[in-house]
Amino acid sequence: MSAVAHIPLTHPRLPRWAPWLVTAVAGAASALLAMSIGWGVTGWAVAAVLIYTVALPAWSRVVENRRAAKDRLLTTLVWVAFAIALIPLVSLIWKVVEEGAPALSAEFMTYSMRNVVGEGGGIYHAIMGTLVITAAAAVISIPIGVMTAIYLVEYGGRSKTARTITFLVDVMTGIPSIVAGLFAYALFVLFFGEGIRLGIGGAVALSLLMVPVVVRSCEEMLKLVPHDLREASYALGVPKWRTIIKVVLPTSLAGIITGITLALSRVIGETAPLLIIAGSTDSLNLNLFNERMQTLPVFIYYSYTQPGVPPSFGQERAWGAALVLILIVMTLNLLARAIGRYFAPKTGR
Amino acid sequence: MAKSIDVSDLDIYYGDFLAVEGVSMTIPARSVTALIGPSGCGKSTVLRSLNRMHEVIPGARVEGNIVIDGQDLYGPDVDPVEVRRQIGMVFQRPNPFPTMSIYENVLAGSRLNAKKMKKTLADEIVEKSLRAANLWEEVKERLNKPGSSLSGGQQQRLCIARAIAVEPQVLLMDEPCSSLDPISTSAIEDLIHDLKTSYTIVIVTHNMQQAARVSEDTAFFNLAGAGKPGRLVEMNSTRKIFSNPDEDSTEAYISGRFG
Repeated sequence: MSAVAHIPLTHPRLPRWAPWLVTAVAGAASALLAMSIGWGVTGWAVAAVLIYTVALPAWSRVVENRRAAKDRLLTTLVWVAFAIALIPLVSLIWKVVEEGAPALSAEFMTYSMRNVVGEGGGIYHAIMGTLVITAAAAVISIPIGVMTAIYLVEYGGRSKTARTITFLVDVMTGIPSIVAGLFAYALFVLFFGEGIRLGIGGAVALSLLMVPVVVRSCEEMLKLVPHDLREASYALGVPKWRTIIKVVLPTSLAGIITGITLALSRVIGETAPLLIIAGSTDSLNLNLFNERMQTLPVFIYYSYTQPGVPPSFGQERAWGAALVLILIVMTLNLLARAIGRYFAPKTGR
Repeated sequence: MAKSIDVSDLDIYYGDFLAVEGVSMTIPARSVTALIGPSGCGKSTVLRSLNRMHEVIPGARVEGNIVIDGQDLYGPDVDPVEVRRQIGMVFQRPNPFPTMSIYENVLAGSRLNAKKMKKTLADEIVEKSLRAANLWEEVKERLNKPGSSLSGGQQQRLCIARAIAVEPQVLLMDEPCSSLDPISTSAIEDLIHDLKTSYTIVIVTHNMQQAARVSEDTAFFNLAGAGKPGRLVEMNSTRKIFSNPDEDSTEAYISGRFG
C-alpha cells in the first residue's frame, strides 16, 4: 500500500456574490459614518473603498487562505488605481460636454467670427484653419518621418549615422512646442521680414513636433516585420527597395497608419506655436501662404482670455470650440483604428 | 534548365570569424544533394552562400569560387539579385507573405518584380506551380484566402510553389521539414522526388533518414573542434555514405556514436 498522504485539492471558497455583498455593506457602513460626521459624497466614497479594501481580504483570509486573500487585496487595489486614473478623464469630458454642448448649433459650425460682436458667430474659420494647417503638417512630416524610419531600420543598422540620427530624433521629441513655434517664426522672418504671420509657418512648426513621433512609431513597426519575410523576398530575386515597398511596408502598414494618426492627434491641439506664427483672425482664410489663419486652440485661448463684453458669449464659444476639438481628435483615433483593422494582415482563420 | 554547381576552396567569414573553411564540392544537376552534420558546422552557411543569401547578414563575406554554368557567382560584375532569380530557396520556417492571398503568394516572384503578365498566363503558372508542389487539390477552391490561413505543412508547400513559380535552375532547401509533422514531411519528400527531374536540389537536413530517403549524394560537414571553422569531411553517393563511408567520423555521426 502506498504511504502517500491524501492531499486535498479543494479548499473552501467565498461565494461568487461575496464582493457584491462586501460592496453593499461597505457602502452602507460608510454612509452611516458620513452622515454621523457630516462628510460629503467624496468622503463617503473614500471611506467605502477603504472599508472594502480591508473587509474583503480579511473575510477571505478567514474562510479561504493567504494566497486567496492576497489575490483579493491586489485585485481591489488594481481596480481602485484604474478608477482613480479614470476620474480626471471622465470629469474633463463631462465638464467640456456640459459647458460646450449648448454652444453647438448649425450657425456655430458654419459661420466665422467676422464682424461678430457679442452673441452669434461661429468657429467655421477655426475648424478649417486647424484642418488645413494640420493637413499641411502631415504632408510635410509623414514622408520625412517614414523615410527616416526606413533608413534607420533597413539601411542604417548600427552605423554611426544611424545612431546619430536616432539620438537627434530623441532630442527632437523633447523640444518644447513654443520653441518649435519660435523656430518657425524666425525661419519665416528671414524671408518675409518682421511680424510675418502665415498658416504654412504653423504647419512647419507642427511638423517639427510631429516628425520625431512619426519616426519613432514607424521604426518600431518596421522592426516588428519578421526578417523571414525579407529573406523570402530576397530569395525570389527581388531587389531590396522593392522588398521594402512591396513586402515590408504593406506588412506594417496598419501600425504605421496608427502611429501617424496618433502623432496627428498629438499636434492638432498645440496652441503655443500657432499663437506665434499662424496668428489669429476673425475671418475664414484657406490660403496657407497668405495672411493669418485661425485655429481651434488659438480661438479657444483668445475667446476665453478676451471674451469681450459681456464675457458669457465668448466663453461659451470657447467651450464649444473645445468640445469640437475633442470630437475631431476622437474621430481621428476612431479612423486610425478602422484603417488599422482594414490594412492588418489577414489571418483568414 | 537545371545546372550543376562547382564549389572550390570556399571560405566563409562572419566579420573576422572564419565560419567555414576550404569547402570544395561538385553538386550534380538534376539530382538531390543533402548536406548533413551537427549544429553550427556551417552547412546552412554553405547553402546560403550558393545564392548569396548570406550577404543579408551584416559582415558576412566569402572567399573562393562557386561556378554555375561557367559563371562565377562571386565575380565582380555579378548582380546578387540576378543570382537569386536563378537559384531559389526554401527556408526552415514557412514564410508566406501575410498580406497576400495564396494566389498572389505563388506569383510573388513576378509580382514583386512588377512583371506584367496576362491573367490566363498567371492562372496557368499558379496552377502549374501548385500542382508541382502537391498543393493544388487542397487549395484550388480558396486561392483568394490569405496564405497564412493554411496549416504549417501546406504553408511550406506554398513556399515551395512560390520558389518554383519563377522557374529557377537550382532549388536550395534549408531544413524544409524541421517544423513539420511526419505527414507533411512525407508530402514534401514526395515533392522533392518529383522535382528532381527538372531541378538541381540542395537540401540541408538534420534528419539522417530523410537524407538517406531523398538524396543521391550526401556531404557530411563537421567542426574540427569548438571555436574552429566547419569543414567538409566527406562527400559521396548517399548509398556509400550510409553503408561504407570513407571517414571514421562520418560513420560515427551517422550511427549516432558522435563525439
